[in-house]
Amino acid sequence: MRITVTVDGTKYTDEVEPRTLLVHYLRERVGKVGTVVGCDTSNCGACTVHLDGHSVKSCSVLAVQADGSEVTTVEGLARDGQLHPVQKAFRDNHALQCGFCTPGMIMASIDLLADNPDPDEKAVREGLEGNLCRCTGYQNIVRAVRDAAHHMSPGAGPEAEQIKHVGVGGE
Amino acid sequence: MTATIEPEVGKSRLRKEDERLITGRTRWTDNIVLPGMLHLAVLRSPMAHAKIVSLDVSAAKDSPGVVAVYTAKDLDPDGSIGMPCAWPITPDMKAPRRPVLADGQVNFAGEGIAVVVARSAAEAHDALEAIDVEYDELPVVLDMEAALAEGAPLVHEDLGTNKNAFWVFDSGEAGTGGSVEDAISSSEIVVKRRFRQQRLVPAFMEPRACVVDPTGAQLTMWSATQIPHILRVMTALTLGIPEHKLRVIAPDVGGGFGGKIGVLPEEMMTVLIAQKLGKPVKWNESRSETMVTAHHGRDQIQDITISANADGTVTGLKVELLADMGAYNGLVGPGVPILGAFMFNAIYKFPAYHFACTNVFTTTTITDAYRGAGRPEATFGVERIMDELADELGMDPMELREKNWIKHEEFPFTTVAGLTYDSGNYEAATAKAKELFDYDGLRREQAQRRESNDPVQLGIGISTFTEMCGLAPSRVLGSLDYGAGGWEYASMRMLPTGKVEVTSGASAHGQGHETAWSQIVADQLGVPFEDVEILHGDTQSSHKGMDTYGSRSLVVGGVAVIKAAEKVIAKAKPIAAHMLECAEDDLEFAGGKFTVKGTDSSTTLQDVALAVFAAHDLPDGIEPSLDSDATFDPENFSFPHGTHLCAAEVDTETGSIKLRSYVCVDDVGVAVNPLIVEGQVHGGLAQGIAQALFEEAVHDESGTLTTGTFADYLLPSAADLPSFTTARTETPSTTNPLGAKGVGEAGTIASTPAVVNAVIDAVRHFGVNDIEMPLTPMRVWHAVQHGTTDAGGAGSEAGGGLGSIDTSGGAQ
Repeated sequence: MRITVTVDGTKYTDEVEPRTLLVHYLRERVGKVGTVVGCDTSNCGACTVHLDGHSVKSCSVLAVQADGSEVTTVEGLARDGQLHPVQKAFRDNHALQCGFCTPGMIMASIDLLADNPDPDEKAVREGLEGNLCRCTGYQNIVRAVRDAAHHMSPGAGPEAEQIKHVGVGGE
Repeated sequence: MTATIEPEVGKSRLRKEDERLITGRTRWTDNIVLPGMLHLAVLRSPMAHAKIVSLDVSAAKDSPGVVAVYTAKDLDPDGSIGMPCAWPITPDMKAPRRPVLADGQVNFAGEGIAVVVARSAAEAHDALEAIDVEYDELPVVLDMEAALAEGAPLVHEDLGTNKNAFWVFDSGEAGTGGSVEDAISSSEIVVKRRFRQQRLVPAFMEPRACVVDPTGAQLTMWSATQIPHILRVMTALTLGIPEHKLRVIAPDVGGGFGGKIGVLPEEMMTVLIAQKLGKPVKWNESRSETMVTAHHGRDQIQDITISANADGTVTGLKVELLADMGAYNGLVGPGVPILGAFMFNAIYKFPAYHFACTNVFTTTTITDAYRGAGRPEATFGVERIMDELADELGMDPMELREKNWIKHEEFPFTTVAGLTYDSGNYEAATAKAKELFDYDGLRREQAQRRESNDPVQLGIGISTFTEMCGLAPSRVLGSLDYGAGGWEYASMRMLPTGKVEVTSGASAHGQGHETAWSQIVADQLGVPFEDVEILHGDTQSSHKGMDTYGSRSLVVGGVAVIKAAEKVIAKAKPIAAHMLECAEDDLEFAGGKFTVKGTDSSTTLQDVALAVFAAHDLPDGIEPSLDSDATFDPENFSFPHGTHLCAAEVDTETGSIKLRSYVCVDDVGVAVNPLIVEGQVHGGLAQGIAQALFEEAVHDESGTLTTGTFADYLLPSAADLPSFTTARTETPSTTNPLGAKGVGEAGTIASTPAVVNAVIDAVRHFGVNDIEMPLTPMRVWHAVQHGTTDAGGAGSEAGGGLGSIDTSGGAQ
């Protein structure tokens, strides 16, 4: 089937098999290997991307379902050489070790903050329940998300604008 | 050309690694795409134990996109290839051949039977459906005790037994202590318990993968492995490939936890197929495959007897283990329980000790190293039995520990297991932990809740621990029949522009080596942190090494970096003296500068590097190079320690557990990067707590792994874990010049008994003295309802005085 998808701001038109998962399309056809596959049961969240502004596990979406949509991956977050505030917060708070879950965790965190700009610890923990990390024990991830929330709060400067940009699908 | 003054070691530097990891520019093995690359898919046995009566791959060969299909006979016609085991723990250890693909018989569910090569991974997987296998089922062997019983079905018929090996250490015989039997028969109290270490899945987030390119001058192999250097040697030996024709690369690796120590049948088949076809080939496993075929961890039954005087002084400890190897020996699997043998006496001055381990084959996935490897199992056993002894004595469990532990002033201390602990201060770590935890306040609350019959009871769990890190002393490893050394390697290149390239044989998979090593180099050479590049995980650039496991990277590999730096400075010194027109003895090196003593005449190391590059005016007989390489093989392990305290609320009506607080004070010696140390502790705690509360690999009665996906195997999410309070004390190690002790496994080792002790402590007054892990609400509720001792009831151990207690068995 023929699909047209905008990925990280670039439009792609491709023939795909109906069974092709979005994650495989992104990795193998578009070359967005920043998005990774950690499981085959949609439990780990490593493959989380944004589809029209909302986080989805790209292993549970068919590429054909993304036809006509905007996809943002971790590779599309940084703008003009500036890290997205959530990316920066992950680095600043040592919220990653091996980094395999990190792209998905960052994408899920951005969506979480779009829904709830000032989550408490419990809200972050529950909000990230669908993303597994084996290295960090989550404590620094929670810290990073709350730190990012602080930096993106209204009046916090240009970073606050960036979340909006990505939060609606990078248009 | 600036020199850093403030020491880098000890700074919480943000990690160099993170830039690529947070932007998705990471190089995972599965990201590697080569021209003409083909893809593998492996057909795996649904049976745990069966003869393969017939195997028809003809239809699969005709499937779309398929290039070839191989069985054992195609890949290894002589049946001569077997996966290596590097740790033959006894001369008579049984070593059944583990073939690349099942050769006439499958011995665990998930064992590979055939492999399809196709143009795409999807086509390869499609073709698996077309393979026809007929099995003749054999009886499964799933229980270790049943496996050892007379007349038990045999995993490997030709071995005539399911016993892999028997290994024993006795302090009386070794001369390190007294006789345990004497201690038991003459002590006032004897307590015996049986504990079970359930089988776990390491569950690194990146599944394993391997890409092999046979088209270059060397055969290049990328693998999601912890051990690129060992893998290179083992691949050469296993497949008969000349080692110099083989390059192994571990690119970014998404976690390991011991689970990526191994020489995999899949790696060997990828090499063999790439060679046969002359094309690049990729194997990339699914999570479901990982769960059944990547090795599992733990899986021990521990029968522990402790004897003591009425005042709480322990007189002896006897440990009898059964350890499940699964269907074959792993690379270091048989040695894992032995690592624990040296840790059962933990931080204590036990005067007599006996350890015996029987390794058993069963028709299950193999077991091998998993975070802590042997030491978590041992720490669990001793910390649980100490609580049981305290209860029988009517003592506070902390008081019992304090009575028996090695005092600060007694270091170095040689234990009954024969290890010499270089340094430690258990008093300091414990005092700090108790203060952060409010130990006395929580004890008061616990008493109130008991008195008022609160449906939610409070328990306090203690785990004081030490571990042996820095798995080197090659001589010691040799004395334990480990097949390799434990030294580590580093090299250093001063580049003409003053930047520094460093290679390390310790290959990271998330631990932050690039950052920590840069800090070490910055201090040693006096160059900026940013001017240092750390290269690792490629046998071409870092041409030798022993890789990363057992918390050895920093305390062995980090020190090798120091040794390499010392050589660079030594090589630079005569050149600097020549440049400054002085005698070498007149020079001192500090902060990146050679200075003529007592003058302001100086030159920087970078200036020397440029002079070496130009080589216009070097002293006679000096080669134009500052390059160095070095190895470090310490004389002793390092021994981190700590005190972990857990407060658990247990709902006696539902069995549910809430971890109210978790405090740990770890002493890892000098912390090169406290931020990384803290992160390692957090992650370790999560894994240890998960063993206590959530995780278990379960086989059904047919030998099928019923927890074969992340939907069934309960890996904790953020919502399942509490926040931790972590702190440190710092007692430098004296076994290495960094003073570092290692931290990677500490959290995992200490937390499991802390949590279980807390839960048992909460419900002990219901007659509960054991609950099998993981402590599910059902198990906790059942224990509260029935009390564990009801279901015990094995015979008692001989002992005098206060009596003897035996509750082996457990309720679950």
